[in-house]
Amino acid sequence: MDDPSKSQVVDAADDPIIGPGHSYATVTDQISAIVLTRRTGRGWLLGFGIGFMLVMALLYSLANLVVRGVGIWGVTAPVGWGFDIINFVWWIGIGHAGTLISAILLLLRQDWRTSINRFAEAMTLFAVSCALIYPLFHTGRPWLAYWMLPYPNTMGVWPQPRSPLLWDVFAVSTYATVSALFWFVGLIPDLATLRDRARTRFAQIVFGMLAMGWRGSAAHWQRYETAYLLLAGLATPLVISVHTVVSLDFAVGIIPGWHATIFPPYFVAGAIFAGFAMVLTLAIPLRAFYGLEDFITARHLDNMAKVLLATGLIVAYGYMMETFMAWYGGNEYEKYMILNRMKGPYRNHYWALIACNVLAPQTFWFGRVRRSLPALFVVSLIVSVGMWLERFIIVVTSLHRDYLPSSWGMYDPTIFDWSTFLGTIGLFIALIFLFIRFMPVISIFEMRTLVQAEKGPKHE
Amino acid sequence: MNHPRLYGLMAEFDHPGDVLAAARNAHAAGYRKMDAYTPMPVHGLAEALGFGPTRLPWVVLAGGVFGCVGGFSLLYWIAVVAYPLNIGGKPFNSWPAFIPITFETTVLCAALAAVLGMLALNGLPMPYHPVFSAPRFRLATRNRFFLCIEARDPKFDPNRTREFLEAQHARGIEEVET
Repeated sequence: MDDPSKSQVVDAADDPIIGPGHSYATVTDQISAIVLTRRTGRGWLLGFGIGFMLVMALLYSLANLVVRGVGIWGVTAPVGWGFDIINFVWWIGIGHAGTLISAILLLLRQDWRTSINRFAEAMTLFAVSCALIYPLFHTGRPWLAYWMLPYPNTMGVWPQPRSPLLWDVFAVSTYATVSALFWFVGLIPDLATLRDRARTRFAQIVFGMLAMGWRGSAAHWQRYETAYLLLAGLATPLVISVHTVVSLDFAVGIIPGWHATIFPPYFVAGAIFAGFAMVLTLAIPLRAFYGLEDFITARHLDNMAKVLLATGLIVAYGYMMETFMAWYGGNEYEKYMILNRMKGPYRNHYWALIACNVLAPQTFWFGRVRRSLPALFVVSLIVSVGMWLERFIIVVTSLHRDYLPSSWGMYDPTIFDWSTFLGTIGLFIALIFLFIRFMPVISIFEMRTLVQAEKGPKHE
Repeated sequence: MNHPRLYGLMAEFDHPGDVLAAARNAHAAGYRKMDAYTPMPVHGLAEALGFGPTRLPWVVLAGGVFGCVGGFSLLYWIAVVAYPLNIGGKPFNSWPAFIPITFETTVLCAALAAVLGMLALNGLPMPYHPVFSAPRFRLATRNRFFLCIEARDPKFDPNRTREFLEAQHARGIEEVET
């Protein structure tokens, strides 16, 4: 303790991104053991069971919707967009952090991303699946969803390519496809590892089929890395375009509270904010239950908290500009809208939103908070709630006061709104648990690259 | 020496630097039909083995151009030819409104080209390959690095190639059968 630089509080930036003493073999064995040799724990069964029960609630709610129609939801005039769009935007936003971690941080050569990118990508995929339920089922006739696509039909009609709603169809379906491709390409070498380490014939065959005969040839790696890098380069503008298009669903409309040019960057920042909160929510229990503290270190959690703080400030700027422009723009409907948000019937939601999204992340200025697991976990949950409230405020408060007081109303979500929402959360939980159990939750081959980088000088 | 079923000789290494050096030496010694198998990408290994740059970027570019032109053409055809709608007196070919979808189809086709092109150029899926018959090869996806000089190489000679690989400080050498 005589060295003054060591006696200071340890700066998180000095923390390693992988625990000491790891070799190619240990990272391989430890990560693949979760899939191949460790027993299915009681905690896993409990978590999956909760998710599975909520999936049943989802199926019941959706079956009800199909049989009885969208009238079982609380959407009606004047609030014609309710939980369906709120939850759609919320889930899509959560997905964005996965792509950000896997693509943008790859291009920026942030090698701490390596141990969190795999499950963040899985989170993206599952969040997008949950999101897609809403546009599919809010039509009331999901079996006719292909009407949203341009195809020659006997009705002689075509979708409207000038409408953000059609942009959304293309943006979200492209995003789902590219996220799935990115995730699967990243998995191929690890599936080969699982194939070669599996002990049962069944696992060998299943992982062998999925690995498609990957053998780690130098020529293959060369094309693989090129493909992975190009995919990252394609996914980066894609992820920004997706939430931009989602925000244009609102911003192109002329409703006060939606018609704002700040929406695209404000939505993209909000998506990253919500997504990193969800990554933290998942990473903290995951590393504890599966003993992955060597791979998901304090440095990762600290970095994610900093990203949350930064994007939280951008989101706060968005709220500030909405308020400022309502005053500065001089439009009486805009001004009424923002005052109504602050003082009207939904004021509690609005101030809760400010507390969750603006105030709560400010605690991350303090290193002690960023390094405390309970604090990180609680704040990440608060942010998830806050981002849901943000979408609720944007959708509902903008609609519930129409231009004529005779068409004012309130939005009352029904039991089916809630059960569908909880059901999608259950679907997300169930898929995440299945993923943790059956796929390598951390990219093994990229961890080997990290081992090499850490060891590199010693072998020269 | 009669080895009708010999695919090649495979040397096993502990470290990426060793396999890289061995690949360089093998190329310098005139071997061409060979490949290295590693648990993670080793930079410079493909070049050391004499593989040229991959054509994959051109495949991706072609996919992107196809998606861009195809996407815009689809929208133009819908809005101008198949189903023209007068929206506020704006031109039928209101191209700025077509940019988002054109962008998405560009990314979609380029990404599909990247993945399918990578798999096609790599010859995957390939359920069986001779190297899988080597008992220790399963470590190629764990912690060992392999260099395989194939029997079809004109310079290949079972004895001399083995001596060459032994001189590369290989941890072990295995015969791989076809």
